[in-house]
Order: sequence, then structure tokens, then C-alpha cells
Amino acid sequence: MSQGVGVVGLYVRDQDEALEFYVDKIGFRVHTDAKNGDYRWLTVQHPDQPSFQLGLFTPGPPTVDAATAQTLRESVAKGAMPPLVLIVDDCRAAYEKMRARGVEFTQEPIDRYGSVDAGFRDPSGNGWKMIQARRARE
Amino acid sequence: MNRPSGQDPELLRRLLRAKDRMDAASHEEWPVDRLAKVSHVSEAHFARSFKDAFGVPPHRYLLTRRIERATALLRETELSITDIAFQTGWKSLGTFGRTFRDVTGESPGDLRAREKSARHQPEPVPACLLSAAHRPNLTSAVSEKRRQEAGAINDADEKKEVP
Repeated sequence: MSQGVGVVGLYVRDQDEALEFYVDKIGFRVHTDAKNGDYRWLTVQHPDQPSFQLGLFTPGPPTVDAATAQTLRESVAKGAMPPLVLIVDDCRAAYEKMRARGVEFTQEPIDRYGSVDAGFRDPSGNGWKMIQARRARE
Repeated sequence: MNRPSGQDPELLRRLLRAKDRMDAASHEEWPVDRLAKVSHVSEAHFARSFKDAFGVPPHRYLLTRRIERATALLRETELSITDIAFQTGWKSLGTFGRTFRDVTGESPGDLRAREKSARHQPEPVPACLLSAAHRPNLTSAVSEKRRQEAGAINDADEKKEVP
């Protein structure tokens, strides 16, 4: 695939903390970690999904002014950013593993007509749904 | 900072934890001291900070969540209204009915009757977030099909910008 969405970014409160979370706790890998002055372009990716990068960015100059950055930090911390979805093969196993690593779950795995989903947040407040899709869909 | 939104993100993150806990177990009792403990905030500050952050006082937020759950159960299950009232955290059927009417404008029984007559195929409906999460698959499949039918729409010169 040569066309498509390459990077989608999240706002996080601290890039070091986010890096540790997404790599050590969720199991993503660092794709790019490049610094340019105060600006840090940091992306991670799922090991099975080399064509997609998740950007972990802090709101601030030069991208946005200080007041806007404050508003964005507040929005993230309030959990007001859009939902994120992580697809897994086994939601309960992933839940156990991630919880043991200290991931903050907001919802334990729930069975819903054959699919299983759980909810967690990153340290900044971004909310994820972790979904094990229904098997044998046709 | 005076404007209500000018709150410390660290505090907001801890208040969010209290909101998450109510979401996860809205049928439980959530007195202010319990919520304040989750957020590591003094009881005196909790309710005000929560309202500043989320626009509604914590107790009202909890009631809203309970009504949402009750509405879903009325729609999707055959449970009696009494069972639904107790499952969603009310101690009396009367309080449940009154609050439900205050919030939604109709009684639980009326809502159920209306939903029943409106719906012809009783299909199990998964939670709203879950179906929302599955929606992209559906739309992309549909749009993909359309695109194939319509032929390539975008063969304009490729514009690639490396961030």
C-alpha cells in the first residue's frame, strides 16, 4: 500500500511519559523520535501495522500559542479528546497483561454478542477502547 | 485563573478518574467523600472542581449515567421496570420513576412502550460505543465499493509532504 493515512497524532502531557506508556506498557515500537530545538516529532507504531504511525505530541509553540496549548492540555486531561480503538485477538489476555504492567483500565472486558471490549486511558487522559472483534464474520 | 476552564490539567486528570469510576459502576453509591478520595482532592473542593471541569455536579452526572443505563435496559431487555430500577442503583422505584421523568420527560413504562411500537425487528443492539467503533469498517467498505464503481476519482498529481 503506497497511499493512505500515515500518521495520526495524539496530544499528550509529556512525551517521555507517553513513550514509556505506549512502548513498555502497550507494546508499540518507536518509529521516529526527532528533536528540532524545543520541538519533538515522536511517533510510535503497532508492531503488526508498519504503514501506520501514532504521533505523540505536546501542544505548544510553535504549533499553537500558549493559551491554546493550555486549553488543549485541559481538554486532554478531561478525557475530551476523540475515542481511540485498539484491535486485539484476545481482549481478556491483553487486559491481564496490560493491567499487570500498570495500565489504568476504565472498563473491564465485557462480552457483547461475541465481541469483547475493554477500556483504558493513557497517562494524559486519552481514552482507548480495546476490542476483540467477533470471530468468523462473513 | 478565574475562568472555569482554567484548571490545572493534573487536577483535571484526577477528576476524570472519579468520572471514569462513576461510568464503570454507576449503580454503586458515590458519595462525595468516596469520589474525593479517588481524585485525591479534599471533599470541600471536589464538587465545585468537578462541576467546573465537566459542567455538571457529580451527583447529577451520576443520575444522568444511571438514566442512560436504565434507558438502554428498557430498550434492549425484557427486565421488569423494578429490576431495572434496582440494577441501575436506585433504592426505590418511586425515586427512579420521578427522576427518570424529570430527565427524559416520560415515564420508564411510556418509553418502553414507545420503543416497542417503533421497533419492528428486535435486534440485539451492542453498546453505542462499540457500534460506533465498528462503523468505520462498514462505511469504508461501502465507500470502497462506490469508488470501484465510479473508477478512480483522484489521479491528480501526488502531493507528498514529509513532516
